[in-house]
Amino acid sequence: MSTALTCKDIRVDFDGFTAVDGVDLELDRGEVHFLIGPNGAGKTTLVDAITGLAKYTGSVVKDGEELRGKKVHHIARRGIGRTFQTATVFESLTVAQNLDIAAGAGRSPWSLLRRRKHLPENVVATMERIGLGDAAETPAGILAHGQKQWLEIGMLLVGDADVLLLDEPIAGMGHDERETTGRLLHDIAADRAVAVVEHDMDFMRAFASRVTVLHAGAVLASGSVDEVSGDPRVQEVYLGTAHEPEALDAATA
Amino acid sequence: MKFFSTRAGTWTGFAAAALVLFGLAPLVLSGFRLGLLAQFLCYAIVAVGIGLAWGRGGMLTLGQGVFFGMGAYLMAMHLKMADAEFRGGPGAVPDFMELAGIRELPGYWVPFTSPVFTIAAILLLPTGFAVLLGFAVFKRRVKGAYFAILSQALAGAFAILLIGQQTLGGFNGLSRFRYFFGFNLADPVNQQMLYFIAAGALLVVMAVALQLRRSRYGELLVAVRDGEERVRFLGYDAANIKVVAYAAAALFASIAGAIFVPVVGIISPASIGIIPSIMFILGVAIGGRASLAGPVIGALAVAWAQTALSEQFPSAWTYAQGLLFIAVIALLPGGIASVGALARRLPSKPTAVEAAA
Amino acid sequence: MDLFVGQLFTGLSTGSILLLAALGLSLTFGQMGVINMAHGEFIMAGCYTAYVTQQVVGDAGVSLLIALPIGFLVGGAMGLVLESLLLRRLYHRPLDTLLVTFGVGLVLQQVARDVFGAPAVNVTVPEPLRGGVDLLGTTVPKTRLFIMALAVVAVAAVTLVLRFTPAGRRIRAVVGNRDLAETAGVSSRRVDAGTFFIGSGLAGVAGVALTLIGSTSPTTGQSYLVDAFLVVVAGGMGRIKGAVVAAVALGTFQAVFETYSTASLAKVGVFVVIVVFLQLRPQGLFTLRTRSLA
Repeated sequence: MSTALTCKDIRVDFDGFTAVDGVDLELDRGEVHFLIGPNGAGKTTLVDAITGLAKYTGSVVKDGEELRGKKVHHIARRGIGRTFQTATVFESLTVAQNLDIAAGAGRSPWSLLRRRKHLPENVVATMERIGLGDAAETPAGILAHGQKQWLEIGMLLVGDADVLLLDEPIAGMGHDERETTGRLLHDIAADRAVAVVEHDMDFMRAFASRVTVLHAGAVLASGSVDEVSGDPRVQEVYLGTAHEPEALDAATA
Repeated sequence: MKFFSTRAGTWTGFAAAALVLFGLAPLVLSGFRLGLLAQFLCYAIVAVGIGLAWGRGGMLTLGQGVFFGMGAYLMAMHLKMADAEFRGGPGAVPDFMELAGIRELPGYWVPFTSPVFTIAAILLLPTGFAVLLGFAVFKRRVKGAYFAILSQALAGAFAILLIGQQTLGGFNGLSRFRYFFGFNLADPVNQQMLYFIAAGALLVVMAVALQLRRSRYGELLVAVRDGEERVRFLGYDAANIKVVAYAAAALFASIAGAIFVPVVGIISPASIGIIPSIMFILGVAIGGRASLAGPVIGALAVAWAQTALSEQFPSAWTYAQGLLFIAVIALLPGGIASVGALARRLPSKPTAVEAAA
Repeated sequence: MDLFVGQLFTGLSTGSILLLAALGLSLTFGQMGVINMAHGEFIMAGCYTAYVTQQVVGDAGVSLLIALPIGFLVGGAMGLVLESLLLRRLYHRPLDTLLVTFGVGLVLQQVARDVFGAPAVNVTVPEPLRGGVDLLGTTVPKTRLFIMALAVVAVAAVTLVLRFTPAGRRIRAVVGNRDLAETAGVSSRRVDAGTFFIGSGLAGVAGVALTLIGSTSPTTGQSYLVDAFLVVVAGGMGRIKGAVVAAVALGTFQAVFETYSTASLAKVGVFVVIVVFLQLRPQGLFTLRTRSLA
């Protein structure tokens, strides 16, 4: 197991409100790493920071290279891919076109200006892998919700991302789709680092190799599922929120 | 409609268009009407570019008059220089300058004696300006409404700037051209030649636009329109993608302006400011912003209606323009090109509108 | 010194005209994302309101005082109609609202042309506002001072309404987070209508005031519109504060630039300044920083 991404002391400020407050995080290849925590804990903001969308202090290093201050598309070129809470695929393009675009960030201007003769091999293979082998010519806009999420993951795979940051990949999915997604995540994590932002605790218990709990912008606990769920502070945050919502508001506001 | 997206269909479409433009139109139309059609074809060339930038790329360019005007003024300067040289030998000033009491030829006019320089300028200057402006704007992620308003402000500023330039004819602009690269413009044969140039340019521009649309770049452009942020997260610099379409639209508009000048015989700030620029949009919207032939047909239809109606019924025509804007954009954002698709999809479910947000 | 003071006043005066025209836009464009190209025609409607009121009332001073609130109501009513008939269904297509409202503007201009004729009409300036006042060595026309005062009052009124009334709080809630506000029980539909009424009403007031310094024709509003939009763009979406600073800055810049070159070059200069400025602050002077992608 090797470390794919190292984050040190990440801090994000929004006009005086500290959304992420000194987070250290390591993502290893071969692991499905869950990021959990109550609303406002800073999970998505952390992903925003790593991918260059939110300004931060601290450091994010991949393959020995500091990523802070780089532009969004430069960070993506270095193999860091993300999905969004609401599946964002290009709805008026077909599944094949979506994947072909995702596979082609390194194409020369000249090849861009020509027509696509045939689909690249990895696009065809990925289409099968995400269960959309029969849907190549289907406009992405009419896919089922779960299929869109898979397409999004597929788009990261063909783009050769080896650090995947997935924001609520099973939101709105039925039971069978969740199982399929969970197995897919482990499958693709074999030679990649996969981080999953999730609220669904059952899903987390079933598929997490490692869990990091965020609370009020800071890391509360990190470890295996058992270690984390046995941690009294984590129990307090999760149980406490049910009884004292004001306390949580005060902590996150 | 599906047929026209196949390879055979494309050739059929272009062949039919060429047949109508080069065969039928010169046969049935009088010289005067052919001249009008040539003028409309210039608007159609601008429309092809707007269709690319706005329909496919989501950039609402409300300032195409700037690029149209650049091409037109660059060409007009050459024609005036050639006329002056013909009348008074080398170093003579164009007639309008004499009338305004300008005896010395301004330095920046001198290179326009050369036809090669002029054509190069028409092709490169507006395109280069669009690239510069595009980078300045898109790299900073100025988009959507901000971009639309900036492009409109640019058109306004450009027209006002031209009005202030006495050495470019000021408010009256440049007019009364006698020769076009040595051909007498009063000769009907040469007027027909200009029509053929306009028709040929339209077909070439459409072919270029088609290639851009069908290439991987074309798919990428639509992707940027529908999810610019997402494209960035896939590792592309969205600004570069947008600049290409914006520059292509500028180039098309410049070519159209350059042909417009000898065809119509006048270019003035009044035909390139804010209002003319936004009027370019109307035809594109009516025909169908995202299709290739839609903007062309829409632009031709609007130009024809304007000529037919505006002199006899100026008031009614303005109402019609306003109501067309309202009705087409609000009720049929895909334009006429979407009617067929709408009818096919109607039984199943409401169509997802190809709206550029 | 005299020149400097003179330019300062010209700048403030130009700025306050810009501000009056842009204040309503800042509400509707900034807060709702709606690009209302007919805003200029609402200003024009305000101008004609002043004209008609004076024809009916006669006395220039009384008619001005009456026309200001009537202009507000006329502009507001037109905005309300526009919002409820057309814009309500276009909120998710902001660029399309631009084109639709441009069409509305064309129609309104032609209505004005058919009703009042194409030639410009003039409103008589009331006796107390004629002439100028000597201020720090330069003469400032009283009409300009009146417009500056009106701009200050309008900004103050809008700020107070937004800050201290329940309706204003609802508007700010919808601006901050439309979905959250709806979850909290705010009817964003009614708030949108209300915002549009106020924003368009301000255009009417601006129109009435502008008759003091210029004649009125069907295309009067159009001439103010692009500059007003630039103010909103430079000031930042939905920030009244931004609109005020941007209007004064652009007005002053234009005034100073004009004295050293020509009016036409000043327009180009304003454009260049804004493009350069957007390199530094792509979202305008003041922005609401949020986590959202948009």
